[in-house]
Amino acid sequence: MQVNQISSTAQATIEKIITATSRIILGKQQQIRLSLACILAGGHLLIEDLPGMGKTTLAHTLAQVLGLAFKRTQFTSDLLPADILGVSVFDRNTSSFQFHPGPIFTNVLLADEINRATPKTQSALLEAMEEGQVSLEGNTHSLPAPFFVIATQNPKHHIGTFALPESQLDRFLMRIQLGYPDAKSERALLKNQGGRILAGSIHACVDAATLLQLQNQISLVHISEALLDYLQAIIAYTRLHYSNVSYAGGLSPRAGLALRQCAQAWALMQGRDFVIPEDIQAVLPSVVEHRLQIVGEQPYTNGISIGDQILNGVQIP
Amino acid sequence: MGLFSTTNKVSVRKPVVIMQRHHLQWLLLSLAWVLALHATHLPIWVNVSVIAAAVWRYHIEITGKKLPKIYLTIPLTMLAGLGIIFTFRTLFGRDASLALLVIMLGLKLLETRTMRDYVLVILLSYFLVANAFLFSQSLLTLAFTLPPLICITATLISMSHRHSQLSWQFLLKLSGGLLLQAIPVMLILFVLFPRIPGPLWGIPEDSYSDMTGLNDSLNFGNISNLTKNSAIAFRVEFKNKIPPQNQLYWRGPVLWHQNGSQWLVSSQHIGLPKEKLVTNGDAISYSITLEPHNRTWLLMLDMPSVIPNNPELNPTLTHDYQVITSQNVHTRTRYNGISHSQYRLGNAQLSEVERNMALQLNEFENPKTKALAQSWVDQQLTPKLIVETALNQYRSHPFRYTLSPPRLGVNSMDEFLFNTRQGFCEHYATSFVYLMRAAGVPARIVTGYQGGELNPNGHYLIVRQSDAHAWAEVWLDEQGWVRIDPTAAVSPARIDENVASALNDTTELPMMARQDYKLLRSIYLRWDTVNNGWNQWVLGYNEQKQFELLSKLMGKKYSLQYLILWMMGSIAAVMLVISYFLLKTTKTLSSPNQKHYNRYLAKLKKLGLIPLATEGAQDFANRAAVALPSQAQSILEIGEIYNSLRYSQNLSSKKSSAGKSTRMKQLIKAFKPNK
Repeated sequence: MQVNQISSTAQATIEKIITATSRIILGKQQQIRLSLACILAGGHLLIEDLPGMGKTTLAHTLAQVLGLAFKRTQFTSDLLPADILGVSVFDRNTSSFQFHPGPIFTNVLLADEINRATPKTQSALLEAMEEGQVSLEGNTHSLPAPFFVIATQNPKHHIGTFALPESQLDRFLMRIQLGYPDAKSERALLKNQGGRILAGSIHACVDAATLLQLQNQISLVHISEALLDYLQAIIAYTRLHYSNVSYAGGLSPRAGLALRQCAQAWALMQGRDFVIPEDIQAVLPSVVEHRLQIVGEQPYTNGISIGDQILNGVQIP
Repeated sequence: MGLFSTTNKVSVRKPVVIMQRHHLQWLLLSLAWVLALHATHLPIWVNVSVIAAAVWRYHIEITGKKLPKIYLTIPLTMLAGLGIIFTFRTLFGRDASLALLVIMLGLKLLETRTMRDYVLVILLSYFLVANAFLFSQSLLTLAFTLPPLICITATLISMSHRHSQLSWQFLLKLSGGLLLQAIPVMLILFVLFPRIPGPLWGIPEDSYSDMTGLNDSLNFGNISNLTKNSAIAFRVEFKNKIPPQNQLYWRGPVLWHQNGSQWLVSSQHIGLPKEKLVTNGDAISYSITLEPHNRTWLLMLDMPSVIPNNPELNPTLTHDYQVITSQNVHTRTRYNGISHSQYRLGNAQLSEVERNMALQLNEFENPKTKALAQSWVDQQLTPKLIVETALNQYRSHPFRYTLSPPRLGVNSMDEFLFNTRQGFCEHYATSFVYLMRAAGVPARIVTGYQGGELNPNGHYLIVRQSDAHAWAEVWLDEQGWVRIDPTAAVSPARIDENVASALNDTTELPMMARQDYKLLRSIYLRWDTVNNGWNQWVLGYNEQKQFELLSKLMGKKYSLQYLILWMMGSIAAVMLVISYFLLKTTKTLSSPNQKHYNRYLAKLKKLGLIPLATEGAQDFANRAAVALPSQAQSILEIGEIYNSLRYSQNLSSKKSSAGKSTRMKQLIKAFKPNK
């Protein structure tokens, strides 16, 4: 009963966030919902697409709407870990080293074009993303809560990119692709001013405390045994090898947990206090596709994406 | 050109499936069981070689080396074949074939790599398990074949899961379950499958080499050796009362011809006219289940008046009242007989031929014995008195009944009667007959069994090899052939009770023939009851019994076609029952809600709306709502309620879930799909 009530108010809040965001990002309801699900599930988001598709705008808008402190770092090939994490500088007045926090000490870190940075810098993000803390020169500095990274990246084959290592990819709860807007949205976009200017003028719908509260509710969303079976069947499917398709490595347990959390978040966003198969199906492609690699040359077989392949291959129990 | 161009050909090559290490482990475990089952039937070198091959194969698996090349395996195979020929002097026959099969299976391991090889090894293993029944068909053998069967089946199951390793508990459970499910069909086939008279194919002669029993000749030590064997000779069920112990003389070979210390059957094939039998008193009718002894005689209670009428045995009666069959008894055989304990055997006058045979003695032997007999003749004693005097001879002198008498020399009778005076029934019977013949009284030796042990559980008598006995028959003009048991004169306890109570030192006797170990004996008797049932009902279920049983079941309609129809019908019935239970278990998983929902799905199916296996209820409802806009509202609501009933946490309030359930029921009832 209580869960029900909370979730209905939660849904209203969530709808408000979505409406506000879709006013800036036109025609991308689904991507906005997925991003929000990712944030509610407490995970980091990776947005991958061609330059100029609105990746940064989406990240910026979400931070604004959620009322979070937002910092942006443009990743380049000469970016050093200290540029993100911070640095200790000698203070002559106190005769000691003073820690100057880097841009990572914020709620939302927008790591723009993350795959342009060197692996060394990329991995500097690892601890922060996993533990929510930064260890520098023997001191551990906690990051503010909530903390998440929204990273954008260009497709791998672009010039001057370092592919994210699998370990780092696995730390992103979701990867979404924006894609071109439809004609109607594009027309509206062309008619108006640039989206990013609008984003600056947007008002926060919630604050950090409300967001944390929403995040806490995710774990209260019920997921039945039947659906855990379904999740396990999905995971098992990726670990087997089939004649027509096989994956370099199956889904990890962390991926299984990610799938569960995202499905719970999705259910909450629909105003339900229990997960249904459709919730899992809705989030599955974004959660698993960046974690799986198809063995062979083509990332797609017969034009069917990995996510759809799994969904078509696993029956709902 | 185009027709024959090779580019048009698509060569489809099935991928070779390489098995994994846990499959090999299972396979080797199965083979170990099979080998254990047959270890005693095989030469030691075969056992050792198969183990060596298995170890070698596993070593290859661990080290990742390549399997031995063909130029190594072919000479090895030839060598093994030669070894078998050298050991058995043949490649055929039960023992040689088994050894050949086992060693080839061991060598096959060395090239076992793919699924195909594994299946071959598995099938051969099954065959080898079945082979165990060529050696013994006892319940114990059946029990020993079960672990290998379960293990081999588990291996087969594990092989069908190529990519994942199933736990051994699961595999064993599944394998046991599968075998259990096969039991009803097995029973139907057992009862109904048309029986063929005799074995399906000729079982090689060497299968019968190790059978024990009476012999057609008697030497000192024959019977006392047999007494140390607790194997069962036959079992007897009496139709009425069991006669007293001292009447239980089971008549076997009758020995006439004396040659040194050896006595021989000589008259079996002489077509002498049968001696006349006049019977008195009540007939004793009984049925005997004879263990195979690879001889022709059927044991009967003294004195058989009606012989068995089994057509397959073709029993005949010899002139000296042995019942013999036309062929050696190779299988456990059951026959009925009727005997009389009060009788007169023989006419007033003994025929000349028989008289000669019954008085035959080698010359120049045992002078002292002959002199003793001659002294009775000189006293002009009647034959009856001679018998009495001879028996008194045993009673008055310190004769001892013992299992281990001293060895006797050339004049064995002299030594036994005047010096050693220690002997077993064979000594008493032979010396008595010798004395009789020397004194001019026609006499012969009868061998067989005496006594038996009552099994109170099944109310039948067990007669063992340890009950083997020899006694005498003498011709008295007024009485015909009269049974005289000189052993009774020395040791009445042997006849009145059993061999164990007659002996002072019973340590040489088999445990079952002794009186100590009460508890063990009672356990053994129970076990024998089970075994007897197994013999009667399973092994003894032959063509005739099948006919009797099925005629009772089916009445006059019994025929081969009818039998096959019954067989098919009952197997189909069993399958139906099994599938009913299989379906029932899946049904119990689905709730009443699911039933209603399924009804709703059936309604939609008529319009071609079928949910995909990978489609959730909500997605399906959305799809259906688009297809049927007029009913979109109820379709969507049904989908939503169904989802919440199925996936939501119903614990919070049962009431609300019951309300939802009724709501869905109403919606589905009212739902009439039309476009």
